[in-house]
Amino acid sequence: MKLSKVLFALVIATTVSFVSCKPKDSDIQAAIEKALTANPDFAKATVAVADGVATISGEVKDDATKTAIETAVKAIKGVKSFVNNTTVPPPPPAPVVITQDDPLTQGVKDAIKDIPGITATVEDGVVKVAGTISKDKWTMLRKAIDALSPKKVDGTGLTIK
Amino acid sequence: MTVQEKYRSLTDAAAAAGVTNLQVRDQDGVLYVDGTAPNGAVKDQLWKIYDSIDPNYLSGDLVLDVKVSVDASVTKVKVTTEKSNLNIRKGPGTDQPIVGKAAHGEIITLISQASEQWWLVRTDDGEEGYAYAQYLTPEA
Repeated sequence: MKLSKVLFALVIATTVSFVSCKPKDSDIQAAIEKALTANPDFAKATVAVADGVATISGEVKDDATKTAIETAVKAIKGVKSFVNNTTVPPPPPAPVVITQDDPLTQGVKDAIKDIPGITATVEDGVVKVAGTISKDKWTMLRKAIDALSPKKVDGTGLTIK
Repeated sequence: MTVQEKYRSLTDAAAAAGVTNLQVRDQDGVLYVDGTAPNGAVKDQLWKIYDSIDPNYLSGDLVLDVKVSVDASVTKVKVTTEKSNLNIRKGPGTDQPIVGKAAHGEIITLISQASEQWWLVRTDDGEEGYAYAQYLTPEA
C-alpha cells in the first residue's frame, strides 16, 4: 500500500516534469507572434500552433520574405515543424501600351478612308472622330480604331444616324 | 462606379465565350480589354454588349481590342467589301501605290497576316500585295 502510493506519486511527478519541459503550444505561438511583429514585412502573416507544428498564413510581399519568415520561425524554441502557407500576390499587370501618334494617325487614316463625311484627329493617343455616320459604319470604324491601341476614342463630335 | 464594374458583364461574357489571353486593365479611367476571340460571332456579341452598356460607344472609357483568331491553315479569303473592289497595295498603308484590285466576293489567296490591319494576298491573276484585313473573311 505504502509502496504503491510512493509509485503513484512518482508517476505524477514524472508526468508533471515532462509536461513542464515541453513548451506549450500557446507559448510557442506567443513567441512566434512576437517575432512576426518585430518585422514590418511580416505584418500580414498570422500563425497557428498545434502540437509544436507552426502553420503560418497570410500575405507577404515576395518570395524572399516568404523564406525569411521560415528562417525566423524555425529559430524559435519548441517549433517541431513548420508549414509555410503564406502567399505572394501576383505581380501587377503590365501597363497598357498606347500606339505612338504617327503610326496611330496612319492607322486611323487607313480606317476612315472609305467612309465619306468623317474626319479624325489624333493627339497624345486620343482619337477624335467627327462627322455624320451610320450606326453600322460607326461600329465597324470603332472596331478598326480600337484594334490600333489608342489611348481612348472620342466620338462626341459625331452625329449617328 | 469604376469602369471595371461598368463593363463587368462584358468582361464576364468574354471569359465565358472562351476569349483567350484576356486582359482587363484600368488605366487613367479607361478600361482596356484585350484578347483573342475564337470566332467573329463572339467579337460581334461583345460589341453588342458594349453598345448596350454605353449606347453608340460614346463615353470614351473603353478600348475594346478583341481580335479574331485566324487559323494558320487558312489560305483562302473572300473579299467582303460592301460592293466595291478591294485595293491591293504595294505596302501596308493607304499611302502605298495600288498594284491590283480584287472584286467584291472574289476568293483570293492569303499569303500571310502582315499585321492585324494589313494582310498579304495574291489574286488568281497573280497580283500580289497588301489588302485591308477588315474586308477579308477567311474561308473555312
